[in-house]
Amino acid sequence: MADVTFTVDGKKLTAPAGTLLIEACRKAGIEIPAFCYYPNLSLQAACRMCVVRIEKMPKLQTACTTVVTEGMAVTTESDEVKQSRKAMVELVLGNHPLDCPVCDAGGECELQDMTFTYGAHESRYVEIKQHRDEQQWSPVVFFDRPRCIMCYRCVRVCAEGMDVWALAVDNRGVSSVIAPNEGDSLLCEQCGMCIDICPVGALTSGTYRYKTRPWEMNHVGTICTHCGDGCKTTLGVRPVNDGVEIIRGDNRDKSGINGDFLCVKGRYAFDFAHHEGRLTKPLVRQTDGKLAPVSWEHAIDFTAKKLREIRDTRGGNAIGVIGSNRTTNEEAYLLQKFARSVLGTNNIDHHRTADYTAFAAALKDKPGREASLRDFASARAILLLGNDPTNQHPGLAWQIRTNVRLNRARLYVANHEDVRLRRQARASVILPSDGYASFVSYLGGNDGAFRGSDLTASFRDVIRKEESLLIAFGSELRGRDIQALVDFGLSLPNTKFACLGDYVNSRGAADMGLLPDLLPGYIPVSASTQFAEEYGSALPAQAGLDLIQMFDAAGQGDLAALYIVGANPVSRYGIDPSALKNTFLVVQDMFLTETAALADVVFPAANLYEKAGTVTNTYGDLQLVKKASDRAGVRTDFEIVVRVVDKMGADPKKLVPFGKGVRADFGQSRGAETGEADRHAVWLVANHLEPKLSPFDPFAVFDEIQRLVPAYNVPRLNLLLGNDEHLKSELVQIESVAGRRDLVLPANDVLYTSGTLGRYSAKLEEVVASATILMKPAETAAD
Amino acid sequence: MATETTIFSPELAARFDKLVTLYPVRRSALVPMLLYAQDEVGYISKAVVAEVARRVGVLENDVVSVLSYYSMLRTQPIGKFNVQVCTNICCMLRGGNELFEHCKKRLGIGHKGTTADGVFSLEEVECIGACSWAPAVQVNYDFHENLTPESMDKVLEEYREKAQK
Ligand code: SF4
Ligand code: SF4
Ligand code: SF4
Ligand code: FES
Ligand code: FES
Repeated sequence: MADVTFTVDGKKLTAPAGTLLIEACRKAGIEIPAFCYYPNLSLQAACRMCVVRIEKMPKLQTACTTVVTEGMAVTTESDEVKQSRKAMVELVLGNHPLDCPVCDAGGECELQDMTFTYGAHESRYVEIKQHRDEQQWSPVVFFDRPRCIMCYRCVRVCAEGMDVWALAVDNRGVSSVIAPNEGDSLLCEQCGMCIDICPVGALTSGTYRYKTRPWEMNHVGTICTHCGDGCKTTLGVRPVNDGVEIIRGDNRDKSGINGDFLCVKGRYAFDFAHHEGRLTKPLVRQTDGKLAPVSWEHAIDFTAKKLREIRDTRGGNAIGVIGSNRTTNEEAYLLQKFARSVLGTNNIDHHRTADYTAFAAALKDKPGREASLRDFASARAILLLGNDPTNQHPGLAWQIRTNVRLNRARLYVANHEDVRLRRQARASVILPSDGYASFVSYLGGNDGAFRGSDLTASFRDVIRKEESLLIAFGSELRGRDIQALVDFGLSLPNTKFACLGDYVNSRGAADMGLLPDLLPGYIPVSASTQFAEEYGSALPAQAGLDLIQMFDAAGQGDLAALYIVGANPVSRYGIDPSALKNTFLVVQDMFLTETAALADVVFPAANLYEKAGTVTNTYGDLQLVKKASDRAGVRTDFEIVVRVVDKMGADPKKLVPFGKGVRADFGQSRGAETGEADRHAVWLVANHLEPKLSPFDPFAVFDEIQRLVPAYNVPRLNLLLGNDEHLKSELVQIESVAGRRDLVLPANDVLYTSGTLGRYSAKLEEVVASATILMKPAETAAD
Repeated sequence: MATETTIFSPELAARFDKLVTLYPVRRSALVPMLLYAQDEVGYISKAVVAEVARRVGVLENDVVSVLSYYSMLRTQPIGKFNVQVCTNICCMLRGGNELFEHCKKRLGIGHKGTTADGVFSLEEVECIGACSWAPAVQVNYDFHENLTPESMDKVLEEYREKAQK
């Protein structure tokens, strides 16, 4: 829209016609107070805090509902305006309890700020305050009615943002109250968006309430460890006896790819870190057949000696490695390097939740075709094929809903299930559960492929008319079907794609070469020259065993050792424990999972919130992970691998190219409460290494990744600032993927589950068991 | 959306089917629908809330939210005749308060009360737009004007007779 020019407090400003005055002022650095206004939600004009004087208008006007017009002259602060705001604050305080000293919001409360600014510290109201006890609406949502200032933000975010409509306002005038949909409890997604958006302490969080004060915590911005969306989250942490604990997960700086959003897992399911079953000492199986705690030194020595012996006597082919969907890119990369250059094997794999390999092959040499999560917030049209984002990709579902609501984006849904996002869809069709491939072929013009109706025909017509389309597809599509879908998409003028997989770094696991046939960047193992040069040793050229084959080999006695990092294949793939009885099994994990319980050595590992590095979400957005919390006794997967390598007699400097000549990190990637740097320094000095940089420094490995994997060679500075960078996926040098075995096994998580990890979150378990959740999990997924 | 099973009379159901098509968005039909439903059922019961929610395509808690905003929508059954005595400024100046007190005495109930025989309910209301003929009383949808305690008694008597028929 055309720009208009207007004056605010004597300053000449311009903004597009139709801009709200409050927004135009904010952009120009003039802050207008607001309780009820919230960007991108419908207008409420309930609180009257934003009043300003506009020339030629008879009364004070609400800046949150006034649009700027040519020649408008505005005064945002004057005695009159202040007086009015002060009166509003006084009204609000009329029944507000004097809870500040114990209220969760104290210190970050908008009402405190306003009272401070406008100074309504004496009240002319003498009526007795109406008290109501705090109510618990769900395991995670509590309501303290007297604190509510009736701004309606919670009602709107739940209805408009979440499309859940669980909150409403009952009664009117002074007796208005916020009411949950089940009378005295909620039936909803338990996302906590209402708590986050509440300007005061009326809605409080079941995990955080009455635990601490905002200024007593450090706040670390990092990436959620659960699903493949990779939302940015801020963890509130504080030191405790045995490390640094997380007390709160929220979305403080709304700059991430998730905008305002966090789901129930991102907000509450960090408590697995404090689970009582958390391992903090290495365990080694004793002669009596039982696992017993031992020192780190002993466990590492023992493991290294054993692995070396097996490698030297039976060869690398007798060793297998399984990596994780939840470790950093650097750790995944390091693990494959360890497997290939130290153990001498290509027997390496991970639990694959989407066919990223086929996707990479389909996008090769096609610049700008992979959609970022951000693109979903602005795309004109979106086709969703398979998947249920509301359950499996809550962040994506939020972006799509927001886009449909604010920009009237056109959403098309083709699914075999009645997914919730159909409510936002312009058109949708139901497919048979095995009908995706034929439907894609039908979309491409092959009428015979799919027995369509008028509905499917018109569905196809509108999609083919889209000038610019974003296609997101679930793990229903694999291999050749992905190629066919991309071919179809590319026949339209301007299409981008997103391949939806589960878990925070499933994409990174594939990208970093946790695959038996492909090196990092999907380079075939037979073409490893560049890698061999960099690693300074020849790499095995034959494709190794995949995950299933490894367990088969173990059962046949051909796998002498198996090294598993952060995965629970025994439960996920239903492996018979006896298959592993003759295999030396090493597991790095946080808990004694079904897999770890069978191990000969278990290393207690740190989780994603306790380390630094990078992760890649399923859309190819690369983001920085910062260390937030800490637990005495555990080590990062990175550090464990380096230590094992060192004790195996290999040169850690070759594994992690730290020291001279590399660009690396001096601590900026680590969180506030680390202690890591000191531990490193001690180790370094003890080992006669230069204490400037550390062999545990993920950024030394990230350097190498950027050298060898062109898609990851993105600008570093922006990443270090905590912003997302999209991969250059077109640079992936992948050969044909025809004839690869399809090993994709979707996690089938729902909103309240998170594989094996979710089982260790007491809060998630409590939520799942409560009657307050909107979508019941069919079965709890296992990792 | 034709609702398969309805708690309303066929006429009212048909009227509602039409009503939701009259506005740009369905939920605009919410308030008139509640009023008509109240006329037929007598009050807004849980069943009314459920069906109205279904018909306008909102959740039940949204209906409750709107319902609780309007004082003329009620969630409890009341007497056959709802005596609404205005005590706003014009009526007050011409004896509205006395009239209300009189009704209370006569019927033996207070504001928002219902007589034991279920014939009368009493309510003190804001201006009913009959200021020129104050003090005024509305019984269900009928107006009675320029009342005195004596003429009020007659009005009540008429309704009591009606109730016996
Ligand atoms: S926690 Fe429940 S009530 Fe609150 S915004 Fe989320 S879905 Fe709505
Ligand atoms: S509970 Fe909080 S967000 Fe909701 S209306 Fe009250 S003050 Fe506003
Ligand atoms: S949507 Fe996914 S990444 Fe975002 S908060 Fe939820 S689980 Fe975490
Ligand atoms: S912010 Fe404008 S009225 Fe509340
Ligand atoms: S004041 Fe009673 S009818 Fe207007």
